[in-house]
Amino acid sequence: MRLRDKGTVDRNAPVSFTFDGVSYRGFQGDTVASALLANGIGLMARSFKYHRPRGVLTAGSEEPNALITVGRDGATDPNVRATVQEIYEGLEARSQNAWPSLGFDVMAVNDLAAPFLGAGFYYKTFMWPRAFWEKLYEPIIRRAAGLGALSGKAPTDKYERAFAHCDVLVIGAGPTGLMAALKAGRSGVDVILADEDSVMGGRLNAETFLIDGQAGSDWAATIVGKLAAMDNVRLMPRTTIAGAYDQGTFGALERVNHHTDIRDGKAPIETFWRIVAKQSILAAGALERPIAFQNNDRPGIMMAGAVRSYLNRWGVAPGKTVTVFANNDDAHRTALDMQAAGVHVAAVIDSRATAQAQGNYHLIKGAHVSGTSGRKGLESISVRTSTGIDTIETDCLAMSGGWNPTVHLTCHMNGRPKWREDIASFVPTDGSIPSMITAGACNGDFSTYACLRAGLEAAKKILSALGKTAADVALPEAEDAPYNLEPLWAVPGKGRAWLDYQNDVSVKDVTQAATENFRSVEHMKRYTTQGMATDQGKNSNVTALALLADATGRGIPETGTTTFRPPYSPIAMAAFGAGAEGKGFAPERKTTSHVATVDAGAPMMEAGLWYRPSYFPINGEKNWRQSCDREVGYVRNAVGVCDVSTLGKIDIQGPDAGVLLDLVYTNVFSTLKIGRVRYGLMLREDGYVMDDGTTARLSEHHFVTTTTTAAAGAVMRHLEFVTQVLRPDLDVRLMSVTEQWAQFAVAGPKARKVLNDLLDDPLDNEAWPFMACGDVTLSGVKGRLFRISFSGEHAYEIAVPARYGYSLFRLLTTKAKALGGGPYGMEALNVLRIEKGFITHGEIHGRVTAFDIGMERMVSAKKDCIGKTLSNRVGLLNEDREQLMGFKPVGAVKQLTGGAHLYNEGDEALTKFNRGYLTSVAFSPTFGHFLAQGFVRGGQARNGERMRMVDHVREIETIVEVCDPVFFDPKGDRTRG
Amino acid sequence: MAKLTLKTPMDSMAPMTIGTVTLSEIDLGPMTSISPYKGQGKALSAALKAAHGMAMPAANRATGRAEARAIWFGREQCILAGIDANTGLAVHAALTDQSDGWTVVQLQGAGAANVLARLTPLDLRPAIFKRGHTARTDLMHMASSITRTSDDTFMIMVFRSMAGTLLHDLQSAMEGVASRG
Repeated sequence: MRLRDKGTVDRNAPVSFTFDGVSYRGFQGDTVASALLANGIGLMARSFKYHRPRGVLTAGSEEPNALITVGRDGATDPNVRATVQEIYEGLEARSQNAWPSLGFDVMAVNDLAAPFLGAGFYYKTFMWPRAFWEKLYEPIIRRAAGLGALSGKAPTDKYERAFAHCDVLVIGAGPTGLMAALKAGRSGVDVILADEDSVMGGRLNAETFLIDGQAGSDWAATIVGKLAAMDNVRLMPRTTIAGAYDQGTFGALERVNHHTDIRDGKAPIETFWRIVAKQSILAAGALERPIAFQNNDRPGIMMAGAVRSYLNRWGVAPGKTVTVFANNDDAHRTALDMQAAGVHVAAVIDSRATAQAQGNYHLIKGAHVSGTSGRKGLESISVRTSTGIDTIETDCLAMSGGWNPTVHLTCHMNGRPKWREDIASFVPTDGSIPSMITAGACNGDFSTYACLRAGLEAAKKILSALGKTAADVALPEAEDAPYNLEPLWAVPGKGRAWLDYQNDVSVKDVTQAATENFRSVEHMKRYTTQGMATDQGKNSNVTALALLADATGRGIPETGTTTFRPPYSPIAMAAFGAGAEGKGFAPERKTTSHVATVDAGAPMMEAGLWYRPSYFPINGEKNWRQSCDREVGYVRNAVGVCDVSTLGKIDIQGPDAGVLLDLVYTNVFSTLKIGRVRYGLMLREDGYVMDDGTTARLSEHHFVTTTTTAAAGAVMRHLEFVTQVLRPDLDVRLMSVTEQWAQFAVAGPKARKVLNDLLDDPLDNEAWPFMACGDVTLSGVKGRLFRISFSGEHAYEIAVPARYGYSLFRLLTTKAKALGGGPYGMEALNVLRIEKGFITHGEIHGRVTAFDIGMERMVSAKKDCIGKTLSNRVGLLNEDREQLMGFKPVGAVKQLTGGAHLYNEGDEALTKFNRGYLTSVAFSPTFGHFLAQGFVRGGQARNGERMRMVDHVREIETIVEVCDPVFFDPKGDRTRG
Repeated sequence: MAKLTLKTPMDSMAPMTIGTVTLSEIDLGPMTSISPYKGQGKALSAALKAAHGMAMPAANRATGRAEARAIWFGREQCILAGIDANTGLAVHAALTDQSDGWTVVQLQGAGAANVLARLTPLDLRPAIFKRGHTARTDLMHMASSITRTSDDTFMIMVFRSMAGTLLHDLQSAMEGVASRG
């Protein structure tokens, strides 16, 4: 019920929204919870396990009951707290965990079976038969017990990530945080003030306190205005500081557009912040705790502070007749506020015999609420006094068992809070988070004046730590009422008294856990599931462990607490992964020929981060094999062009360049002539092959080393390690030039003809023999030419500055086409190199040695190199090792498949008889059948033998002959021609 | 004989303004990486000063002006941009042409730092990251160089091959910032 002239919602801005398909009206500034209460809707949810009707318990992010689903399709957000979700025009909200409807929920039969469903029920009941757990029990339980569901569709909302830095992070913008931020801001340091609420001010917006004679909410708005005017202060409303991490880093979730209907894909719905602060002030406030009594979970039973929030902030009376049940003075203000607003207060029931009425209302001292009635909403309560049990008709019960300081963030780095007897709750232990000071209600200061003062003092300490002079900020006048409280955890009696509303854990469950010897607080938590719901037991933890302490005959400090972990309140996985979906997953590296390649219709494949063409289809080709075979033919018979810019290229310069190369490569480079290229093999320190590639010597002190595409980064890192750590004495400098040069392979009998059409000075075989390199010019543009071949043909690689790459690729392909050739992709490149017996990382996959790939003679005996000593271990030179060989089909079945395993003829295809495996296969149009590379035990000795190739996955078996891996032109005449 | 034509990394993209921030591709002209040989740091710095009027930049600093800058680029490394490196410098340092290796863009306008805050963990507060400060840092998933060239202008460099990703990431961040008004 909305009251006139109460609250700060904008009465001139009506907003309509739907809940379970029914349209409701509220005002700008309402949450779903406040707007539904204003419309007289108390039933908002069904509980997790027993499907009990539930209403809203709180007015903040700690809400355990009123979870709703907002939005639809890919923009669906489940488990949103109705107390946090602000309404906007057109908002669609739905209840969860109820079928067919919130009012009539079939699964509520669970509630009748409650005597059987207590703590440990699942553990005891669903033990046997074992297989039933996964197939039967778990699916049924998961269906029955549940929260909201995802849409199953790809998310359409934009989530964003961002970083922020400051001198002081102030967490919470209540009276403490505002004062701290004001003082720090005026002192000139960079301040971030973050608060999870949409409006800053904390409890000041929910109470009727005066500060310096001004309404608390007005005072807060004034201070916020002052802060907003300071350049060095950043205000972050709707931002939850979710976790405290090392080095002053905090994770924070900002709900940027949950309160609007903007879903244009450009504005983020949420931003996940990483905030780095030199110092921080925790001013997170406190959360009110319920009292456990029988049926204390009916809609209409709320926290006293929440009742005041709805009244004072949103102008909503949660009931027509309000009663209060409390163990402290603070809650009495609920009755005063209600009366002032013209709402009938039936009674204030105070468990303390010494309680004093603070106004003109009916106070029942030394009494307990012992039960309630009303299935879908509170109708009456039973009050047990020394003389008996009375029934009071009421539709709203405001309860308060006292306040628990919000210590959560101080526990994120293993800090443990300490017990304070006078407030019967836990407060943070100093120093739990480095460079953090806790202040105000989260530190146990519960009066407004104490909070304001604590904020100023915290800022003063922080400024001193930063070496800054603190500006003078006057301490305002405010209420300073003592916090009078006598602990009351649970009202004795039969029936279920709820502790953890979100996981349906009752007092009995906790005592039963203790009885069954789950006495440690951590064991109790897991056995009962208390505190394990999405609210992490914010409302119930202290009460539950007080009851456990009682049941086990220990004190509360000895019983201890469970561990609070980040995030403080739930965060969508989409926010954690913000920006890393779709194209944000990894950078895309594109060659200069990319556009021309895609224009030619080539399907692209990923090679590391690079995109490379698989093949270039032309009209009439029905599958990739046809294209690939044609492209292989280009290279074997005419000329093919392929972009090889993705290979790593490293400039190595300096007097000791040759010494470095001799150290990192197995073979000798210091003797390489200027203008020549040499193939090199690089080992890891453990003696296994790391990478291979060619190195060209451009001048006395200048080499260019190439790496494979995939290992470019790893090789650069290795070289940096070697020069920085192993041989810092070497005078040598490294520089990646991968991106500087666009490089194209021009391969085939007509390769030289294509190049001579483009080069300013023509090539001939004498000046440019196989493995020559040097500078060239193409219509005046300086380039580099390398006569190297990865196909076994007469071939070159030509490099030009990348700006000319697109143009050169088009020229080369046009020229090649005119000579009966054209561009070729990775498929053809792979076939060509398998025909020629060249290896890739399919072969040098990290578990092979130079010996295994038949290159042990490349490990120079004349010098040392990285990995040499360990490569000489006896086990690594064993003739029985798996060695690289070639394979071809010789039986009826002609297909070879990569990853298939090898067995001796006559052996069963079992792991124990495994003799090796195929690493690379290709259909060779040159030979007219499949070819393969692979590893087989005792490889060289088996040349010419027949073996079984069995592919268990694809169910293919082929008889193969072991042969030399070089199928094509073993003498290399074509390469040199 | 056909002539080679050139393309810039962003293919001469027109400047793009979203909200108060403008993204434009910039051509720094010649870019040469300079790494002093052993013990040549001081001599190189003097030679650089003599040849081009700027000293070898200290770590995380850029020297020079818009038309020619020396930008710190890593351990014992800088990039000389905007001018052909004097060949005499090769006595003291390894010189490598990098004119085509990098996508270079400028992000200019009020809120440019807020856009970058979506992509890099770098502390970009004006008092911390001043004009002439530079850093090799993470930009989304890319290894980048970021230099503040004026109060509201940053120069950003990533690998040439990542131009498309840079545009995608910057545009998304610019839209996110602009949406806040």
